[in-house]
Amino acid sequence: MTNLKPPPEAAPAADPALDPALEGATAKAGWRSLLPTMTPWLAIGLVLIGGIALFGLLGPLFVGDPRQIRDIGLTGPSAAFPLGTTQTGQDVLAQLAFATRGSLEIGLLVGLLATALSAFFGIYGAYKGRIVDEAFSLFTNVFLVIPGLPLVIVISGFVPRESRGLWTIAVVLAVTSWAGSARVLRAQTLSVRNRDYVAASQVSGERPWRVIVVEILPNLLPVIASQFVFAVIAAILGEAGLAFIGLGASNSSTLGTMLFYAQNGFALSLGAWWWFIPPGLVIALFGMGLSLVNFSIDEVINPKLKNVRLHRRRARRAARLEREATRAARRGATTAKEAVR
Amino acid sequence: MNYFLRKLGFYAVALWAALTLNFAIPRLLPGDPVDILLAKLQQRGGTVSPETREAYALLLGGDSSDPLWIQYWDYLKNLARGDLGVSVSYYPAKVSDVILTSLPWTVVLVGIATVLAAALGVLLGAIVGWRPGTWLDSLIPSTTLLAAVPYFWLALLLVYLLARVLGWFPLQGGYDVMLSPGWNGEFIVSAIQYGFLPALTIVLASIGGWLLGMRNMMVSTLSEDYILTAEAKGLSPRKILRSYAARNAVLPSVAGFAISLGFVVSGSVITEQVFSYPGIGGRLLGAVTNNDYALMQGMFLFITLAVLGANLLVDLLYGLIDPRTRARS
Repeated sequence: MTNLKPPPEAAPAADPALDPALEGATAKAGWRSLLPTMTPWLAIGLVLIGGIALFGLLGPLFVGDPRQIRDIGLTGPSAAFPLGTTQTGQDVLAQLAFATRGSLEIGLLVGLLATALSAFFGIYGAYKGRIVDEAFSLFTNVFLVIPGLPLVIVISGFVPRESRGLWTIAVVLAVTSWAGSARVLRAQTLSVRNRDYVAASQVSGERPWRVIVVEILPNLLPVIASQFVFAVIAAILGEAGLAFIGLGASNSSTLGTMLFYAQNGFALSLGAWWWFIPPGLVIALFGMGLSLVNFSIDEVINPKLKNVRLHRRRARRAARLEREATRAARRGATTAKEAVR
Repeated sequence: MNYFLRKLGFYAVALWAALTLNFAIPRLLPGDPVDILLAKLQQRGGTVSPETREAYALLLGGDSSDPLWIQYWDYLKNLARGDLGVSVSYYPAKVSDVILTSLPWTVVLVGIATVLAAALGVLLGAIVGWRPGTWLDSLIPSTTLLAAVPYFWLALLLVYLLARVLGWFPLQGGYDVMLSPGWNGEFIVSAIQYGFLPALTIVLASIGGWLLGMRNMMVSTLSEDYILTAEAKGLSPRKILRSYAARNAVLPSVAGFAISLGFVVSGSVITEQVFSYPGIGGRLLGAVTNNDYALMQGMFLFITLAVLGANLLVDLLYGLIDPRTRARS
């Protein structure tokens, strides 16, 4: 929904001269350079993802029944209900735990489906080249310009409510969201495809799928990982939007469903902030965590960005040293003055 | 082939794909839209003549005895005449009339907000990317929070804080209902007042993407040789920033407009629902809840048409500002 994808040009094909993974002396060093370097932002991202994933995974085991109705409607946060209650006295924290689990499930499911689709259309098309590539990339571009959510809304609108299950929503979201990554993967594949070792493998009579899986795919892993992360964010956001307007899966409860009930229960006009703020915050923080991880993956894909960070760190250190030096000099000057007095 | 011709050709194909998708969706999915629509129509006091039934069947499939390709041909002919059927939820208004009354609201809102967000984001991105290492630049990763916020939730938050708690803006609607829509000062002021929060939502939620994209491109551009040359020539930093770095770095942002426009439109569809805004998004959702399939399809077609048109415009512009794209093809 949001413009999360940096333009594909922002991550130009890894320059073989710059990427040690491609010229790496040993296999071990090569693999390590595929892993992002630990930075504070990456740490924050991992903590956010881990925390929310744990909450979704284990939270439902510790909270009560999210559907239980009590006669204490719309009470604010208290010791018994840390996040207050809904209009019908349901525990918001319990709902949040189950909803987080539901959203993560659909995010993962759609992420996997969309990545698989984009890998097929992006990598296979670019590898085959010629007419297949032309057709696939035309198909991809057409899907890219057709606005996704209105299409999803129309499709979900036609499916009767009874048959609108988790899988229906997942497939619809995946079908409307794979195109962006397919284009990025195609660009990367085109640059990898023409390298000598790929040609060598082809000449030695390897089957196409083996060339793709063994020779090309490892070079695309960071890109695929980053596209997968984007797909998960987009899926969670998309599902939340769909559920918010009442078109979500009928048999699941997600963060979007919570927001739907909050909006329809007049949480906004009744001032029940504890009801509608937590679900959105969980989505935003989880998305932020994933994007931060993607920042680090981007550094693997585009080493120039990494150089910038190192340069930045050096610049900061230099600035600090300079400040300290001037301060020391000033202090030296004042002490000298006092000495003169 | 000529760049412009190729672009026109591509959008023609995209348009055809959208039309075909629109034709195929109701026929592929379960459910019986024509009967539901006709039942609704009768409830509203409409007369169901065989012609009405046939018109809906063309749009939505169902029990037509004609082979599929004849249905398809008739469907295209109907579209070419601008005939999208009769809306059930706004009976007896025609679908095209319902769309035309709500379209200006969305076009103005999304248009202004997107242009603002893009301009601000690109400007900030250029400034931040120009000096990697400042405290501003180290704050960049936090913009991901903005980018990951669901549009409609941000809208809820803004409404709660600015409209309910502080009371600065009206809670919902597109204009003061006491006024009648028209081109007079009072009405325009009211429309701006009501549109401010939805626009702010779209700007806030989409600015992060622009900022990030521009900043990353600035960083890549700064290591180009021509920047070094410009510095060596002794040009002032401001001139290098404006005429050398930013100018080249902005190109992908322009090209990426296509993708982001789709996102913004998608986001604003739901945002409009939060504000009960009288635009396309609110109508689309109303159509979905009322099973007004004809209106739903018309909305989808119009939104797609608008997005494709905007993209075509941007692409043609891109061909003008970046001569390399023309040379390549």
